[in-house]
Amino acid sequence: MAMTTRDRARVSLGIQAGIFLAIVIVLAVMVDWSAIRNSFFSIENLGPMFPEIITVGLFNTVKYTVVGFIFGLLGGTLLALMRMSSFPVYRWVATGYIEFFRGIPAILVFIALGFGASLAFGVNLSTLQIAGSALAIVASAYIAETLRAGLQAVPKGQIEAARALGMPAWRAMVTIQIPQAFRIVLPPLTNEAILLTKDSSLIFVVGMAGGAAELTKMGRDGINIYQAGLTPLVIAGFCYLLLTVPLSLLARRMEHRTPRTGKK
Amino acid sequence: MDANMSQNQSTDAATRGADPAEAAGAYSAAGVTISGLHKSFGDNEVLKGIDMEVAPGEVVCLIGASGSGKSTLLRCVNRLENPNAGTITVGEHEATHPDVNLDAMRRQIGMVFQQFNLFPHLSVLENCTITPRRVLGQSKAEAEAEALAQLDAVGLKHLSDRRPDQLSGGQQQRVAIARALTMKPQLMLFDEPTSALDPETVGDVLASMRKLAEAGMTMLVVTHEMGFAREVADRVVFMDQGLVVEEGPATEVIGNPQQPRTQDFLRRVLNPLAE
Repeated sequence: MAMTTRDRARVSLGIQAGIFLAIVIVLAVMVDWSAIRNSFFSIENLGPMFPEIITVGLFNTVKYTVVGFIFGLLGGTLLALMRMSSFPVYRWVATGYIEFFRGIPAILVFIALGFGASLAFGVNLSTLQIAGSALAIVASAYIAETLRAGLQAVPKGQIEAARALGMPAWRAMVTIQIPQAFRIVLPPLTNEAILLTKDSSLIFVVGMAGGAAELTKMGRDGINIYQAGLTPLVIAGFCYLLLTVPLSLLARRMEHRTPRTGKK
Repeated sequence: MDANMSQNQSTDAATRGADPAEAAGAYSAAGVTISGLHKSFGDNEVLKGIDMEVAPGEVVCLIGASGSGKSTLLRCVNRLENPNAGTITVGEHEATHPDVNLDAMRRQIGMVFQQFNLFPHLSVLENCTITPRRVLGQSKAEAEAEALAQLDAVGLKHLSDRRPDQLSGGQQQRVAIARALTMKPQLMLFDEPTSALDPETVGDVLASMRKLAEAGMTMLVVTHEMGFAREVADRVVFMDQGLVVEEGPATEVIGNPQQPRTQDFLRRVLNPLAE
């Protein structure tokens, strides 16, 4: 007995709906909802978390991320140019840097800067300096590859046309190549900003004074201060979403915009 | 920057009255001399010793099968490709001299590509003004006046505020011609300018090119448009496997080819269903 395509689609949809319903029922029956509410959503005791979770925690998270991103962008640009340099030593150094810092966990960089810097060089870095430079060091490795890919995605004919008109190489790069690459790299750079926002939480391994606390630190401290289970962490989580969801929507909107490349 | 280039190009054109072609046309045209040109890509020798002379104001069409080296030859003239041996002279510029100021030379050589290569992030007008403004240092008003005049000449002034991707292929190619002409070149290179076009838009592009030829521009055109070559070219050069096989007036090379390879090529191009 042969099934038509439409029959098969109907059966598939039915199976998926059945599985979903079963999971929902099992969860509803088995889960201890009051325990979950007590552990994660005891919001009545959390009035004192506000407004500091926003004015201090969210503010510091944004501060560390923005500093890390700006310096990551500068470092990434430099590394991308080195990676494309005609001087081989620059290429090797940039490639080595990129492979190294993309290959190790970001938390190691935070530890190295937070503890290693004072041990090795006897300097005491502020929380902003540690978080900002750790994020910048890691981000520049990722951003370098994004920028290089963006520059190389501009069709070769664009640069040829600019050079054929008599533009010097640097002028063709500034006027023709970079503006087109910019449109290509905006979505991946936005994603990088989202990753950095979350990675700024890694500063917790170093520890910090109350005024420098960011969202995750304040969430963790809140667990000890308030009788509200893990609810402060949930609040911190929602604060991250306040930052990352708009960025994510922005990135998606830019991805859907019609690309402008030189190809027909 | 080359002292010649920093001043307005149109005054150059008015004062340089050496060649006879200029008297007839609006352009100060440069000649091209190519001798002993060799070019290899890896082990593949694409040009095997080309000698060619193009007089100021002359229109020369390069024909031949793909892979015969026509485009490479064209791209050597403005040094988008670096020849392995031989010399090229364009007007007063020795293109193959190690100390040549390539940017200054290229400002006097316009190039039109098969894929148009308009700048997609700029409007039609900005495509035509960006180089005069950024490279020649023209004012915005000056550059726009010249650009609009050139766009008018190719019949596209009314589209000056569009983006390239809003234009048909033929319109884009005519903008590319106008863009090249805003630099007041003395030589125009066309690299298969109609090969990527829909058939119904080819005619407008060829008409713009013919107009340019009639105005006295030196033109080196790689093309498969035998009708255009026959009608507009002063001379046709047939290339095969990196060498010039036959050259002469268009009517002779296309109408009465002497070399077997030219005959074979033209038979296949002009009458593709015959075999």
